Amino acid sequence: ISTLILAEHDGGTIKSQSISAVEAAKYLDDQTSISLLLAGSGPPLQQAAAHAASCHPSISQVLVADSDKFTYPLAEPWAKLVQLVQQKGQYSHIITASNSFGKNLLPRAAALLDVSPITDVINISGSSQFVRPIYAGNALCTVRYIGSNPCMLSVRSTSFPVSADSKSNEAPISQVDLSTFDEDSVGKSRYVSHTAQDTERPDLGNARVVVTGGRALKSAENFKMIEKLAEKLGAAVGATRAAVDAGFVSNDLQVGQTGKIVAPELYMAFGVSGAIQHLAGMRDSKVIVAVNKDSDAPIFQVADYGLVGDLFEVIPELSEKLPEKK
Amino acid sequence: MKIMVAIKRVVDYAVKIRVKTDKSGVETQNVKMSMNPFCEIALEEALRIKQSGLASEVVAVSMGSTQCVDTLRTGLAMGADRGIHVESTAALYPLTVAKLLKALVEVEKPGLLILGKQAIDDDCNQTGQMVAGLLGWPQGTFASKVLLDKEKQVATVDREVDGGLETLCLNLPAVITTDLRLNQPRYATLPNIMKAKSKVVKKYTPQDLNVEVKSDLEVVEVTEPPKRKAGVVVSSVDELIDKLQNEARVI
Repeated sequence: ISTLILAEHDGGTIKSQSISAVEAAKYLDDQTSISLLLAGSGPPLQQAAAHAASCHPSISQVLVADSDKFTYPLAEPWAKLVQLVQQKGQYSHIITASNSFGKNLLPRAAALLDVSPITDVINISGSSQFVRPIYAGNALCTVRYIGSNPCMLSVRSTSFPVSADSKSNEAPISQVDLSTFDEDSVGKSRYVSHTAQDTERPDLGNARVVVTGGRALKSAENFKMIEKLAEKLGAAVGATRAAVDAGFVSNDLQVGQTGKIVAPELYMAFGVSGAIQHLAGMRDSKVIVAVNKDSDAPIFQVADYGLVGDLFEVIPELSEKLPEKK
Repeated sequence: MKIMVAIKRVVDYAVKIRVKTDKSGVETQNVKMSMNPFCEIALEEALRIKQSGLASEVVAVSMGSTQCVDTLRTGLAMGADRGIHVESTAALYPLTVAKLLKALVEVEKPGLLILGKQAIDDDCNQTGQMVAGLLGWPQGTFASKVLLDKEKQVATVDREVDGGLETLCLNLPAVITTDLRLNQPRYATLPNIMKAKSKVVKKYTPQDLNVEVKSDLEVVEVTEPPKRKAGVVVSSVDELIDKLQNEARVI
């Protein structure tokens, strides 16, 4: 068993989700040799390679593809690169993180290699059996891979936390020979720009705390109470589909089956009834708090702490009494 | 320019799914089925592009059992001009679907292929990227904004990526997969539902398209996720804060 990790770097360091992918590889077989593939151009790439070489004790080598074609992580050149590296390395497994980088790239590379990838893996038992959530986590599907090599996976980083004692030796770094790189379909897409979201507030998908408001907030004006409370907690703001449909907030804040799937340490739901499609988006949260006037609301069935009360009284009181974020 | 849109028939998003007792899958018999929400967004985008005069025809494609034709009719009622149904009783995995779509693209020659970013049943999030790879077309996945330039033959796509938006410029023909924010799909009106009944749905089989239906995966079992243990009801804000600080230790 030999594994190739498709890694993402940012400003010279390997992203933590990519290190989780290394952690996941250890579950395939404890003897697996792990190669980490990085692509980019210039000094940031070389810095990232140096970081990669010592970021996890299980990495046995770092492969670096240095070219202007890889300055931005576009799917088209990356997929071709994976195909090229796989032809030379004949890996049994290829793993990447299930984030926007991995989701964009892995299926395209898999199609070029004529294999079916398995996305969003949360559990690995041996080299060919994997568990992944389906129906937004309302069911878990265990699948066995019976196709030819490579078996390609994207893994949820929250399911493969990186152990703290990552003291490691320097893995050797080698350059990928790009002389046979196939330019076909490269250059048909061009990077234009990247707009970072409002950095004042954490990203809904990765936030430690999420504060969500439902239709019971009654108006966009009242929804500001949720935003104020979130600010106090250093939390991301979420909303139910009903609140979005009513126009209180924009679509991108929607938590649920068709919106964002979140799993923060603390999820606080205000005036949320607990529709099935909403529960699907937040049921993996560690601690769930629900505040609702209706004591029969289904949200209370999944809440660790429920408070039956008028949210127009509870939210201001919470805002006042909660300690400032650390 | 012609636009092709792939639409999938799935269990309605508002239905509480049930795992079969023999753990072989999720119950889909006698369950309300609808068009996958992301596919509705894909179709809506195609219709808007056509309405703005940048496309001449919108062709909707669905694959699977005979009942997929109902989903296609919904798409035709929303405004698609024609339907294509690839009939198969066997389960179709994303790689097979991508190969079938590639074969249809070679027949229909659309300038743009739009798909939902994922289906809410198997949550694979693969087909768009795969068909783009097979065709050698550029891809704009998780799109929240699409702008076409007919003269330059490019599409500028805003993509929802972790922590922000990325803008790409794609040469046409291209594949776009839709995210939630792209648009609000329309409802079919009664007159359009009536009109849709007379629109053409062409039928193919995977054999017609020279695609072998196979799978690299075997489902071992489908189970329910672990249940959350029952929580407690607190009586005041003070008690709630106390619990969060001293019991759950999350604030």
